[in-house]
Amino acid sequence: MKKVTKPVFFIVLLVIALFVGVQVTGLTYQYGDIQTTYIKKASDVRWGIDIRGGVDVTFTPSTGVEATEEQMDSATEVIKQRLITLGITDSECYTDYSNSRIIVRFPWQSGETDFDPEAAVKELGETAMLTFREGYEVDETGVFTGATAENVILQGSDVVSASVGVDENNKYIIVLKITDDGKQKFSEATKKCAAEGKSISIWMDETVIANPNVEQQITSNEATITGQFTAEEAKSLADKINSGALPFNLETSSFSTISPTLGLGARDAMLIAGAIAFVFIAVFMIIMYRLPGFVSVIGLAGQVAGMVCAVTGFFGFMNGSTLTVPGIAGIILSVGMGVDANIITAERIKEELRAGKTLDGALRAGFDKGFTAIFDSNITVVFVAIILMGAFGVTDSFFATLLKPVFGFFGTSTEGTVYSLGYTLIAGIILNFVMAVTASRLMLQSLSKFKALRNPVLYGGVKKND
Amino acid sequence: MTKKTIDFFGKRKVFFTISLVLIAVIAICTAVMGAELSINFKGGTLLTYSFSGTIDHNEVKSDIQTITGSNAVITEGEDFTTKSKTLNISLASNQGLTADKQFELTNTLQEKYADNSLELLSSSDVKPDAGKEFFLKCMVAVLLAFIVTIVYIAFRFKRISGWSAGVFAIIGLIHDIIMVFGAFVIFGYEINANFMAVVLTILGYSINDTIVVYDRIRENKKTLGRSVPVDELVNISITQSITRTINTSITTIAAMLCVSIVATIFGITSILSFSTPLIVGMISGCYSTICICCPLWVMWQKKKKAK
Repeated sequence: MKKVTKPVFFIVLLVIALFVGVQVTGLTYQYGDIQTTYIKKASDVRWGIDIRGGVDVTFTPSTGVEATEEQMDSATEVIKQRLITLGITDSECYTDYSNSRIIVRFPWQSGETDFDPEAAVKELGETAMLTFREGYEVDETGVFTGATAENVILQGSDVVSASVGVDENNKYIIVLKITDDGKQKFSEATKKCAAEGKSISIWMDETVIANPNVEQQITSNEATITGQFTAEEAKSLADKINSGALPFNLETSSFSTISPTLGLGARDAMLIAGAIAFVFIAVFMIIMYRLPGFVSVIGLAGQVAGMVCAVTGFFGFMNGSTLTVPGIAGIILSVGMGVDANIITAERIKEELRAGKTLDGALRAGFDKGFTAIFDSNITVVFVAIILMGAFGVTDSFFATLLKPVFGFFGTSTEGTVYSLGYTLIAGIILNFVMAVTASRLMLQSLSKFKALRNPVLYGGVKKND
Repeated sequence: MTKKTIDFFGKRKVFFTISLVLIAVIAICTAVMGAELSINFKGGTLLTYSFSGTIDHNEVKSDIQTITGSNAVITEGEDFTTKSKTLNISLASNQGLTADKQFELTNTLQEKYADNSLELLSSSDVKPDAGKEFFLKCMVAVLLAFIVTIVYIAFRFKRISGWSAGVFAIIGLIHDIIMVFGAFVIFGYEINANFMAVVLTILGYSINDTIVVYDRIRENKKTLGRSVPVDELVNISITQSITRTINTSITTIAAMLCVSIVATIFGITSILSFSTPLIVGMISGCYSTICICCPLWVMWQKKKKAK
């Protein structure tokens, strides 16, 4: 280890102080009406549904139906579309193919006072009404009126399938296959629309999903929709059209709601308790371990700030993780382990001093000998965290793929709250190595270079003149 | 200036008795009081409404019967955060309640008891197979964690015959999980997702604690050599690390006490049913390391040597 000099303490302290400070204020840039977030602040934490209230629901096709992957994709697409229509913006939606399940979670919408979760969920699971309509006449709310409302050309049952293709210009297109029944109707309608220069708009329930122009009469069973689609847009549109032809209803297999009043009280209580606990630990550490205790409190503050940024995602462009009650448990456990790491080291330094080592020797030996214990105990907990993330995470996440041989049998969990525990644990342990091991060591060794701070008593040793 | 070595191993019979008595008490309590399994595990429906005034339970019961066709259990409670009375309806239906039916039920009740201003506070509906799956998945996760831990300890603690150390660490973990379970049963908390979170957290906490002590044994074995008998070696190691064990316990347990006290003041049972068993698990986690894992390991080593 290179020699640690006096200024090191102040550099580490400054870095941690900046880090903590930026968690409080965040960093945003206002240009006109557009606000760009560079660094998220602590209050940007996305609280889990178990804390802020919300809806957690799992849909399955009605009993006795075997759904294909394409059909599940379509059904998911319908639900996503309806979530947007309902004004629910920050929802999570997972498709579990192996068990034919769609898991939807969304928090209470802020400002909504008379939001009815039961009605919303009922609406989400209903079969989509897919219609092809003449022209595109809409009222001020965006719902069809006039000829568009009256003249329904095709319905979901007239569509065999929609798929994504590529045309001769290498552009993505949607290939529609229509039933023989539908062919007749479609042929007449395309003739009329092409002549009048009208479009044929495609609707899911009362939302328009596409409004292609009709270039010529289409007489075959196949039609194509061209446009400036990306691969994703094309697939999404095809899925939506397919959803109209879904041969099944969606039922709820688990459904839970929590009102926000139940959750937010819990959140405030946890914050108060956390603050009190932190003050207690800080006082305890400083009284018990003096200088190493003081240093560890600085490290702990950095660790707590680090936990917050792991949850918010820190940088504006990064996604964090929702914080649930088990996630808070993970924070408590990892901060507890951070305290433990500091105590192990401080105890070791004390022992070495009492065994008659010099201050510098005791510091070095204390950190080195303490490290193996901290390393092994933290790594074992990392394994537990990885297992949790694999077991309770989204099916296609990294850890879930890793543990697929074990948990693949189960499919996506209905309890997303436990995933948060694994996430905060892993983040906490990484921070343990950064703060409780590295930062504490740098700060303490640097402080020990100051003449005034070389008295072994400050480190828990016996009094003697150095 | 060296601390006097405490004879932990010599008192092993006392420790084992304490643990066995506690486990027996937990077993009896579970048999008598029964563990309250949440619908997360067994499936069913739980609806909570806030209301004012008084409501005839039997009448509500028959209303539910007509809509859902199942027999409901109705209890009243109080929501501390809003200070309003709550009506808890639980249906042990093996079908689960569809969103349609639930919507209908809420609307009917709200219309019929308009004077009581019913509001849905929370609802939870789980099909039995979904509940069973969650439970199984948790068990598999815990088992996998056990296996990985044993393998890791076997590898890292070769010097103190890692395989046996790993197995005894797991026995300590099972001990702690039983204590956590006991806390849930005796305090009358429901076995729900919180229970799994506590078990998994204690899993991490207890492994952490056990390994710190194992590390000391490993180090002492290296420095003290083979001349020191195993029981002496373990006693020295535990004694050396006891201040750390106590201080770490004080800080973590005090932190959880803060949470518990604040939760009690605010009346938030959901957090209380999480923080108090966590305290029990933390105490058990430290206790099991010193009083269960280490003595068992020493007994095993002695037996091996005697052969």
